[in-house]
Amino acid sequence: MVRILLMRGMLVGFLAGLLVFGFARMAGEPQVDRAIAIETAIDDARASADLARGIHDAPEPEIVSRSMQRSWGLLTGVMVYSTAFGGLFALVFAFANGRVAIRDPRALSVLLAVAGFVAVALVPALKYPANPPSVGSPETIGSRTLLFAVMLFMSVAAMVGAVAIRRHLLPTRGEWFASLSGAGFYLSCVVVLAVLLPGVNEVPAGFPADLLWRFRLDSLGLQLILWSGLGIGFGALNERLAKRQFFSR
Amino acid sequence: MSETVLTRPVAIPTIPVRTLLPWGLFGALLLLAIYFVGAEEGATSLIPGMAVHEWVHDSRHLLGFPCH
Repeated sequence: MVRILLMRGMLVGFLAGLLVFGFARMAGEPQVDRAIAIETAIDDARASADLARGIHDAPEPEIVSRSMQRSWGLLTGVMVYSTAFGGLFALVFAFANGRVAIRDPRALSVLLAVAGFVAVALVPALKYPANPPSVGSPETIGSRTLLFAVMLFMSVAAMVGAVAIRRHLLPTRGEWFASLSGAGFYLSCVVVLAVLLPGVNEVPAGFPADLLWRFRLDSLGLQLILWSGLGIGFGALNERLAKRQFFSR
Repeated sequence: MSETVLTRPVAIPTIPVRTLLPWGLFGALLLLAIYFVGAEEGATSLIPGMAVHEWVHDSRHLLGFPCH
């Protein structure tokens, strides 16, 4: 049973990944290209200034060409990410089914996807938003990655806690109170976390605001497509198979 | 009698934790895959060089991970 759910989840993740790739290629890549053009201009200006002072900068070796990065490279990253999250989604569904008092597999799948989108994508991105190339200095990659990981894991942990609180209060206090208590718990956890953790702002002076805005919006759009696809697709697949089993009996 | 049938929810069969636990290993593999897309050869590195980082560069930026 777990094996079947896992395979369905990874299949749905793979299919959602194709949609994500389409959106990333059409909406996201023009922003990446613009940002890289700005990065190149900054590097060139620095190199010519150094040359005027008699310093020769060694050009950065290109390991993977831009055309590969924006096609096959992008496809690889997006497909691995989406398929892996599809599998993890299925494992969480396998655990939650029958344990969280939501009977319809389609409803459970969609609600899990909403929780996943909020905890994994939206809330960490509100504190540490996605950055295009040339935003962020290479020296701080360690601390930025650590802060992002802490935000992500704590957000997911708070969401697990919220679901546990809802489940605990449900029999005695009813659906409305139990659900609001869970949501309130999650919200207060992530607000406290976001206030305590240091902010990161390494946008270079003069970087176009519209480019930064579009890039971050596209990044959230990608996540919305992925989690919508997972929630609706996984639910539909399980609903249909459940019905088929029912009628064939 | 029919009222009790209507009001009592029928339990959905759950998958026991003991059955689920071994699959956690597979879940860890999936997390490792996400790590390779999101953070390898950035903050930490398991494989020397920058090939993985450069290959998934655009997706890492667009998926919201800190890249460089």
